[in-house]
This record gives sequence, structure tokens and C-alpha cells, in this order.
Amino acid sequence: MGGRDEGTRARSAGVAAGPGRGDGSPAFLTTRLEVLLDQARKNSLWPFPFGTACCAIEFMSVMMSHYDLSRFGAEVVRFSPRQADLLIVAGTVTDKMAPVMVRIYEQMAEPKYVISMGACACTGGFYRAYHVVQGIDEFIPVDVYVPGCPPTPEALLQGVIRLQEMIERGETHYQRASAARARSAGEGQ
Amino acid sequence: MNGADAVLDAIRQAFPEGSGVAVAPPSDLPTLRVERGTLLSLARFLKDDPRLDFSLLADVCGVDWLERQDPRFEVVYHLYSIAKGHRLRLKVPVAEEDAVVPSVYGVWKAADWFEREAFDMFGIRFEGHPNLRRILCHPSFQGHPLRKDYDPGQRWLLREGEQHEPAWARTQQEDEDHFETQVLNLGPSHPATHGTLRTVVRLDGEVITQADVEIGYLHRCFEKMSEQHTWNQVIPYTDRLNYCSAMMNGVGYALAVEKLLGIEAPPRAQTVRLILSELSRIMDHIVDIGANLNDLGAMTPFLYMYEAREEIYSVLEACAGGRLTVSYVRIGGLANDVPPDFEEAVRWLLRRIPCLMDDMERLITENRIFRDRTQGIGVLSAAEAIDWGWTGPCLRASGVAYDVRKAAPYLGYETYDFKVPVANEGDTYARYLVRVEEVRQSLRLVEQALSRLSPGPVIVDDHRVALPPKEKVYTEMEPLIWHFKLVMEGMRVPPGEVYGCTEAANGELGFYAISDGGGRPYRLKVRPPCFAVFQAYPHMLPGHMVADAVAILGSLNIIAGELDR
Repeated sequence: MGGRDEGTRARSAGVAAGPGRGDGSPAFLTTRLEVLLDQARKNSLWPFPFGTACCAIEFMSVMMSHYDLSRFGAEVVRFSPRQADLLIVAGTVTDKMAPVMVRIYEQMAEPKYVISMGACACTGGFYRAYHVVQGIDEFIPVDVYVPGCPPTPEALLQGVIRLQEMIERGETHYQRASAARARSAGEGQ
Repeated sequence: MNGADAVLDAIRQAFPEGSGVAVAPPSDLPTLRVERGTLLSLARFLKDDPRLDFSLLADVCGVDWLERQDPRFEVVYHLYSIAKGHRLRLKVPVAEEDAVVPSVYGVWKAADWFEREAFDMFGIRFEGHPNLRRILCHPSFQGHPLRKDYDPGQRWLLREGEQHEPAWARTQQEDEDHFETQVLNLGPSHPATHGTLRTVVRLDGEVITQADVEIGYLHRCFEKMSEQHTWNQVIPYTDRLNYCSAMMNGVGYALAVEKLLGIEAPPRAQTVRLILSELSRIMDHIVDIGANLNDLGAMTPFLYMYEAREEIYSVLEACAGGRLTVSYVRIGGLANDVPPDFEEAVRWLLRRIPCLMDDMERLITENRIFRDRTQGIGVLSAAEAIDWGWTGPCLRASGVAYDVRKAAPYLGYETYDFKVPVANEGDTYARYLVRVEEVRQSLRLVEQALSRLSPGPVIVDDHRVALPPKEKVYTEMEPLIWHFKLVMEGMRVPPGEVYGCTEAANGELGFYAISDGGGRPYRLKVRPPCFAVFQAYPHMLPGHMVADAVAILGSLNIIAGELDR
């Protein structure tokens, strides 16, 4: 990564580094608490695998040793929405399944992020049919759409990395909504 | 006299002309047209007569002949005799205004879910069915989607409070010691369900006393979609039936349509189909065994065996371009030839997979904890398994050596040397053992097939079925026209019907296809093996603990894509 990139990132994250002499003597870092938390959040995502169909099998590949999502700090798969902050919807969601998905999303504690994995979850895929939700964003907000039918494991890895970048820049749905709430609260005073 | 004539003669003797049973013109299977008043007595006779012995009800489905035939509907039954090896098709015509047929649940328990599905899809009522309600569509759904006059895009919303809940789950109950029992819901999103299944159980302490299952959470309208697409366009949809072994569904579908067309794929294509099918079977069993062990708390074997899956993915990706959903089969052959290093890559698999299986077996097969968790758990006797319509590894674990590859060979399976593993205990452990042995037999098959792989074309040379080579399309007029017509209109499949079945990873995968001569299937019914297997599941649970329910479910290998279609 080039120095220019690092500079941009530091600015966008609102981090200001104090003088360090590079000899191991103490230096300091100033930032906002939210930025620090986002750094922690992006590097320790806890996914809830909402696997319904074929994509769930590819999600398994991503978790296994060959692709290994833990390299990106997101291997702690939890099947309880209370313990997860990243909902990965992997597979077709039908009208019968939609209320279940919405309920799980609502049960997740904030902050929470959503990755829509695969063509079906993004748009309904080639199931333009009477029982299939035509994209989960009919029901819940989606941060990253990963295309493919099913997406290759590399594609999902890229989706997770993209989400991490979004968290760092404060671009996820949750972050924008809470920023908007904070702004309107400030205006009200 | 051949077998089919003997079957029809025996039926003729018991049900002469005028008794409501008529022999239909010959097609791929001996077929009877049955009046609904005679259906039940005929069904009993077919099952009980020792000459006929139709013990397995393979499939029940509806067909809508809107404005083509009167009466409008037909209920089609496919029967099979495991002992005699013969098949029979029954057709019961039903009028729209009085769409009622007697239920054959009392004769074959397998009819349970198949009849519910026909009710859900066509609105045909089955009189005497114990629990006739929607099965695939959600409770707020209006209309019957597979009727020809139903708009394929018409959706209905399901609200949170409208989801199905068994009636017994709403009432409180006390056990004999006056302690309250508890109702527990597993799924549809639950770590032990592997897909979208839902089980509701009543617990007395930790013991299950009552169970009910709800499916349809992945009903993606395969059959309606296939009616909207040309015959070859259906292949990507078939991949997504049992997505753990996508290749085998495509092979089964292509074989059924080829039977209807009266063509056969070239030898090279058949051998490649067999190799990739058997590799897919290995992949499927790996996922099933691994996930089952994972549920029981043994994570390590899954990690070992997944390496084999990744290796097979690499071969599939080199052939077809896709890892999981390959879309490699075409009607009449394959999409393209295998890569030059195919043989070498498969030989590497043949060396690598046994090592991984050995590793896994050393950890598990004699493992005390695993045996305690699985032996004697979820036992189903052979007679019950057949009654429920079981096929595949689950049936073979109950002691019935029925394998479509032996009973009705396709792709030249009769010329290969392989064994059908059978276990007699019928429990979860037996199902594990059968699958492990099937992996080894599949490896033997792949090895033999590899030595027979000879150069040649991989798709039939028939411009009515297969796309002409691209270089000809670009340079010659006629191939351009053929290409255009095949893509835009689809191939013309002669009018008729066919039931083609293959041995998929979970059992008999049947495709019942009806063509009206147009470019698209008029009706395509899938006979999914795990649909029949799973309907017995709630009846196996009472008396077991919740942890056993998880072990049993894993050993049945229920794949939602195939179950709900």
C-alpha cells in the first residue's frame, strides 16, 4: 500500500498521529471513539450465515481451510443473531422465508451489516417466480451485493473486504442512519 | 411375453373391461387410465398381489390439460416393484369443478406429501388424507401455481403472524406426572438444519413425544420455471435442485429428454457424464457425512474431507467453468469437451481421495462417542422405509439393495464392476457406513471409466438437437439458421411423456416430462429422493432426544433445493 493511500485513509478515519521517533519510545494517537470502534468492528466481524440454498455450500467453502475467511477476521460464525453483527444472506429467499429473515435481522444487535450473497439474494436471480423474493432489499437494507450464481469464494472474500472498507469510511447503512440521527438531534437543540 | 405385458394381463384378469380400468396406448411405461371410484381397490390389488408387488409409490403428481383435454386435470401415479423390477403408471382424470380423488395414503404412506403437493400446486383434493394442507407455498398464498392459467410472476406476501404452527403446538399439555411439556421449534434457520427446514417438537423432559415438519422455505418454483423455458434452458435450473451434486441432476434430466427424443449421447459424453456423476456423488456424501459429524461435535473430519471437495471442484471448474452449479450437460451430450489434462487430474483425485477418506475413517468409524450417538438411533425397518417411498443410501442402510444403477442401468452401468453396499441395521450409523462405502465404490467406477475414455465427439451430430459448431455458424447459412432456431424456439421434442430415473446421491431422482411438441416442456415433474425420505422424519422422532433428532436429520441428507424445488 502506498503512502498516499495511507494518508487518505488516516484523514478519512480522523486519526492524527503524534510524533514518534521510530526507536520504540512512546508516541500518541488522537481520534474519535467511533473511529476507533469501527477499526475494531471491521476487523472482527461475526457473521450470521443465513444460508438457504446453493450459496450456503459456497459459503462453506469460504469458511474451510482452502479460502479461510478467518484471514480477514470474520471466522467466528454464530447461529444466534444476538451474537452476530454481519448477516450474510446466502441463497434464495422465498416469500415463506422472508418473515424469518426480517425477524433475524431485527434480533441482531446494532451495529449490524448485511451482505447479500449471490444473484438470488440480490435480485431473485433467474427465479422470476411466484414464490421468490426479488431481492432481499425489498425487506432489509443491504450494504454489499456479491453477484454470481453462486459467487466464487474469492468474490465473497472481496465482498467482506469491501464491507470492511465501508465500515472504515462510515458508509454502511447502519453508520449513515446513526450519523443522520445524530445530526438531526444536534439540529433539534 | 415380456414383463410389461404380464403386468397388464394380471391386472386385466382382476379388473376386466368396464371396471373403470383401461389400458392406455403404449408409451415408455405400461399405463392405465383409472376411474377414481376404482382407484383404491386397484391400488390395494397392485400392492398386495404377489405377481405385481408394487411396493414403492415413487411419485404422485398433477397435470393440467387446460383447454386440451376434458376433464381438465389428471393425477399421475408412478409405481415400482422393488422385488420384480417393473414399473407402472396410473392416470386418474379429474374434472375441475369436482377435483376430488381418494387418497392412497392408506395403501402407501409415501403418498402423504406427494398428495399434499398436488393439492398445493393444482387444488386437487385427496379425500381421506389425514393432513391435507399446503406444503410448499406459504399459508397466505392464493390460488394454485402450477395451473396453466396462473401467472408465474404473481406473488403473495406472508406476514409474520401468518406462519404455520401445528395445532397441537398451541395447546398446553401435561405429562403423566403433571409436569408441563415444552414445545421447541428447530428452524427454519437453525445450525442443525443445513438449509431451510423447520421441525416443531413437543418435549417431555428431553424426550420428544410429538413432532411435525414444515417445508417449502426454498420453494423456487422449478416446475413452473421449466414450463417457461426451452428444454436446454432448464438445465441450469436442474443444477440447483440438489446443489451438492449438481452434475447428476443435469445428467438425469438429459437422459429423460433424450429418451423422449429417441437419441443417445456419444460414448465419450456418456463416459464423461459417468465420471463426473460419480465424483459428484462423492462430493455429496462428503458434505453429508461432514455436516452430520459437525452437528455431533466433530469438526475435524469435515475440514479433512472438504479438501477432497475442493479438489473435485477444480476438475469440474476446468471442464465446465463453474465450481458448484456446472451446467455442463446438454441434451444429446455435453457442452464442450473435457480439458486435455482431464485424465491426469482425475487420476490425482483417485490417489488423493482414498487417503482423506482413510483419515476420516480412522477418526470416526470406530469412535466410541460417534457410535454411542448413532447406533440404534433413528431405526427404520426395510418394510417401513419402502412404505414411505425411501430410495438411495437411506433405503440401502435399511437392508434393501435397490439401486437404479443396477435395477435399470443407464450410461452403461451394467458393464462396470461395482457393488451396492447394504447395511441391515437401518440406523444412523448404518447410513454413515453405507455412504462411506459408496464413496469407495464410486472411486472404483471412476477408475474403470477413465480407462475407457476414448476420443470422439461429445454431443450428437444432429442440428435439431445440438447447436452447430461456431465456425460453421459464422461461415455458412444453414448452420446459422439452425443455431437461431434452436436458441429462439428451442428444440422440438416429439409429443409424448417419459419417466426417466437415475440414481442420484440421495436415491431415485425421477423426471416425468410431458411434451406437447413445442419448444418447451409442457409439464416437468421432478421426483426428488429426499422429499420421500424426509416425510418419514417426524414419525421417526418420538422417543428420541433432541440431540438424536439432530443426528438423524444429518444422516438423512436433506437438501432443501431438491426437497422444495
